[in-house]
Amino acid sequence: MPSAAEHAVILAPRLWPRRSALVVVAVLAILAVMILSGIRYGLLLAVGLGFGLVLEGLRFGFAGPWRAMILRREPSGLYAQLIAIGLVAIVALPLIASRSGELVGAQAPVGFAMVGGAFVFGVAMQIVLGCGSGTLVNAGSGNPVAVLALPFFAIGSFAGAYHLFWWTDLGALPPIGVAGWSGVAATLLGLGAVAAILYRVAVRGQRSLQRRHLVAAVIVAALALANLVVAGQPWGVVYGLGLWAAKGAAAFGADLSGSPFWAARESAERIGASLLTDVTSLTNIGIVLGAFVVASWRNGGLSARIPVLPLRAWIATAVAGLLLGYSSRLAFGCNVGAFFSGISTGSLHGWVWFGAAFAGSAIGIKLRPILGLEARS
Amino acid sequence: MTLDEPPGLTRRTPARLAVFLLMLLVVVDYAANSPNPYRAPSILALGSGAASAGGFCGALPD
Repeated sequence: MPSAAEHAVILAPRLWPRRSALVVVAVLAILAVMILSGIRYGLLLAVGLGFGLVLEGLRFGFAGPWRAMILRREPSGLYAQLIAIGLVAIVALPLIASRSGELVGAQAPVGFAMVGGAFVFGVAMQIVLGCGSGTLVNAGSGNPVAVLALPFFAIGSFAGAYHLFWWTDLGALPPIGVAGWSGVAATLLGLGAVAAILYRVAVRGQRSLQRRHLVAAVIVAALALANLVVAGQPWGVVYGLGLWAAKGAAAFGADLSGSPFWAARESAERIGASLLTDVTSLTNIGIVLGAFVVASWRNGGLSARIPVLPLRAWIATAVAGLLLGYSSRLAFGCNVGAFFSGISTGSLHGWVWFGAAFAGSAIGIKLRPILGLEARS
Repeated sequence: MTLDEPPGLTRRTPARLAVFLLMLLVVVDYAANSPNPYRAPSILALGSGAASAGGFCGALPD
């Protein structure tokens, strides 16, 4: 029986052609989008690929660290999220303030539907153990739960946007936020306060930040800033998914004129435009492809058997996928658009989203085994 | 399938399915709505002088 090191040496010649092909295909995909749509769009695909590579490669995410904190009081992954948000805020807030005609933040109103949507999103993301970005990463790395949840996520996002104005009419404040260097100070203070609470609540011996989480946080922050500089808007996920379903609905002859959201001029234009010119679609596609590249790159990364789950687990996955999409539209974003980009660009709704979704996560964690999603091998 | 894989369905199948469906979406959409690269915006939004026009989950249409 060869040792692990000997095994790696034996496998290396077999892996290189596959790995070289993965790199070539990824580069060709970026070049193809640059040629077909424009350089900016190719860059956005590259940013998305970067997100996919780092999130899957360093096993960094949002739902998992929240689960680790709630179940085991291990804060490392959550610390990393806060660090990434803080790093983005330090650059993004002054930049947006000085170039407000070119760059926008993730400003959205706090309202009844927004809070409820964030809470439901928190529940659903722990049921499928995948948030907005996590579902894309998990789908690309071959998690069948995510592959099933993703199309329902898209349909839910489309439906949530379809009804969005009805929900916001229930009552919402105007967008409230901070900006510039005073905004940086307020945001870092808030992030520091959350980190201090996590430190106090954490189990002794588990209070430190893991190196891979720190590395992931720095790279994710750099990519999020690249997204802002290239696209003029922060990193988001949910809009693109809803647009895919809206395009499908329109292609099958659905009448979208009954929806103030989808009938609006900008929405109608985007439905009729190429996906290869839509910011969030490109980064979403890149995330799936990036995760696929990493999973294919790893020796045995895709050879694990898929879990044996009962029928109720697959039904729960589909329902949770719908809820992820629908609730994230009501909440003006998922963990990426609301929590990460909202807080890092100074929006109050990002903080409210965090609290509501974290409370929902505590319930979702309890529901997951009841729904049969704790897999047998 | 590699020599090291256990029997049965592996993660390779759903991963390939996800990528295939995504590529199908892009190709079908491209056939219906081809972009015009000659009308592409400047490479970076920063410094372009133009406002961001992309859809975002935190924004409502006017």
